[in-house]
Amino acid sequence: MHLPVPIEYYLALSAIMFITGVTGVLARRNAIVIFMSIELMLNSANLALVAFSTRMGNDAGQILVFFVMAVAAAEAAIGLAIVIALFRNRETVFVNDMNILKW
Amino acid sequence: MLEYYIPLGIMILFGIAFGIVMSKASEWFGPKNPTDVKQSTYESGMEPVKSARERVSVKYYMVAMLFIIFDIEVVFLYPWAVNFRKLGMFGFVEMFVFIAMLMVGYLYVWKKGALKWE
Amino acid sequence: MPLTLESSYPLIAICSLGVLLLLLEIVLKKPDPVSYSVTIAGLLAVGVCIFPGLLRGDGATPTGGAGLLFCEVFIAAALLTVVFSGEYLRRHDSERAAGQGAYNLLVVFAVAGMMLMALAGDLISLFLGLELMSICLYVLVGFLRKHVTGNEASLKYFLLGAFITGFILYGIALLYGSAGTLSIDAIVALVIAGDQTPVFWAGLALVLAGFAFKVGAFPFHMWIPDVYQGAPTPVTAFMATGAKAAAFSVLILMFSRRGGAEGLVFRDLISFLAAGSMIVGNLLAIVQQNVKRMLAYSSIAHAGYMLVGIASGNLNGSDGVTFYLVSYLFMNVGAFGVVSLVEEREEKNLTYEDYSGFSAKNPLLAGLLALFLFSLAGLPPFGGFFGKYFVFVAAIEADLTWLAILGVLSSLAGVYYYIRLVMVMYFRDGEAGRAEAVPRLVLAALGLAALINVQLGILPSSVISLIHRFH
Repeated sequence: MHLPVPIEYYLALSAIMFITGVTGVLARRNAIVIFMSIELMLNSANLALVAFSTRMGNDAGQILVFFVMAVAAAEAAIGLAIVIALFRNRETVFVNDMNILKW
Repeated sequence: MLEYYIPLGIMILFGIAFGIVMSKASEWFGPKNPTDVKQSTYESGMEPVKSARERVSVKYYMVAMLFIIFDIEVVFLYPWAVNFRKLGMFGFVEMFVFIAMLMVGYLYVWKKGALKWE
Repeated sequence: MPLTLESSYPLIAICSLGVLLLLLEIVLKKPDPVSYSVTIAGLLAVGVCIFPGLLRGDGATPTGGAGLLFCEVFIAAALLTVVFSGEYLRRHDSERAAGQGAYNLLVVFAVAGMMLMALAGDLISLFLGLELMSICLYVLVGFLRKHVTGNEASLKYFLLGAFITGFILYGIALLYGSAGTLSIDAIVALVIAGDQTPVFWAGLALVLAGFAFKVGAFPFHMWIPDVYQGAPTPVTAFMATGAKAAAFSVLILMFSRRGGAEGLVFRDLISFLAAGSMIVGNLLAIVQQNVKRMLAYSSIAHAGYMLVGIASGNLNGSDGVTFYLVSYLFMNVGAFGVVSLVEEREEKNLTYEDYSGFSAKNPLLAGLLALFLFSLAGLPPFGGFFGKYFVFVAAIEADLTWLAILGVLSSLAGVYYYIRLVMVMYFRDGEAGRAEAVPRLVLAALGLAALINVQLGILPSSVISLIHRFH
């Protein structure tokens, strides 16, 4: 399949998105923002998969992307539920306050 | 390959410029005559009841979570619908099983009272 | 081997059990007691139904993976967890925040995810199975939702687990881009052939890092103690055995055979993970006061011993890891099972002190716990001894003698903290925890686990011959 944009551009964008996501996870302290950064990482991988898949004319990558989207939705639901449960008990969503468990 | 994007670039520039020009033009040329009614928040003719900077009830998240989960499953229906004839009976039965499982999940959510607002 | 409709019958069976449990929850007014017995009966039925396939060696892979044997391990782990959870949830969840039914559902679907991982033919199924398992475990860790520690453990596990999922997925994307396929067989063939592009090896390294996190190996072990301590004890047992076995089944699938110059780099990487886990896990376990946390650190050390088998990269290595996982299942679930009986609400009765005088008060449970601890320490004649023996022999065969020596030395350090608990139980007076009324089913499960431990220690060939059916 003909790509009007060379695949390197897609991969560079995907790498930038991935690194942005990783930086977000490591730098931010709000659980919800951390989770949004993780979603960004998943989407960067999706972009790379779709780019590879189109380039090679092989559909498997795009099928994986469908499943990743469904999994990301399930993760989002579970993540929100966990944050809500925690907020009800602790009134905080900041990971700095998660300090009960340590040695 | 970038020449593919020249029309798109022109379009974007034109769109931005158009928005700025029109809003500035109405600001410069239009008569200014503010009244209390004109200054109030526009809510499609309804009177705004209270501030919008408020916490939303946690029940809203519940509905949002369930919506995300059931909504995203449509993604699997689309490729199935496109290839419906090629997949034939096998695809039909598989999709039936898939929808039936979703239905069981939906009934579970219903039974557990997650859909009740009060 | 790609999964076909016929060869995926174990998955269909376990998913049907899950849907049946869902239907019970919908139809019945008070589903909890029914769900408890149906789950136990159903898991037994699935275990029996895949047993003929186990004898045929179904689900074998060219790298020494033992598909259906792993499935049986997951089912056994789930069974024991569910049996222990009945009493545990009654005691710890008196506000009935969530029911036994939901717990059983999550365990059954987690098992479905694990089986999908062990039987995966391509990276799509692998990823899907991994996520199905992980998502169920995130919820199970925070299952007692009024418990602050459980909440915190759940959030930590969720954020770190999802973070690592991002790395695994990016690694899969890179593998796909350079190999042009998502089939595990094709990718493993390329790994064995060696001489691939750097992008390929980068993708493989990301996947390795991800699964090293899932088994809790150094330097990705930071979540283990917190999550294992905060989770309900039966869930901890399930994670330490079932989830760890699932992650190891993938490591065996993708990393136990390597080729080319980069293959040696990967051998050194995995040896580093193994050595670090053995040292860090054992040293930090020594200083713990909380028994659950001690078992958590010791599980890091055990991940290290098993990684020695993966690092060896030969047939004895992957067989040794498989045997280790089987024996680890029964000793670790047993130990956590006794701990869950002694534990009281709000994290009480979990320190070493709380076990003083336990043998006088409850000689049977103390004896069982001592047996499990001896096995964990790797003393003969229990299963844990042969698990360590097989992986260390494989390491020596693969010219990794230094790793085997390090393993033996660090497991000697490990003997200290296991025996210390036994000493406290037997030679110190005190008011030990309750655990007076132990349900018969729980006692039977513990007794069975102990028997299997002894059997694995005296007749390891019984399981080894099963593993050989997968060659």
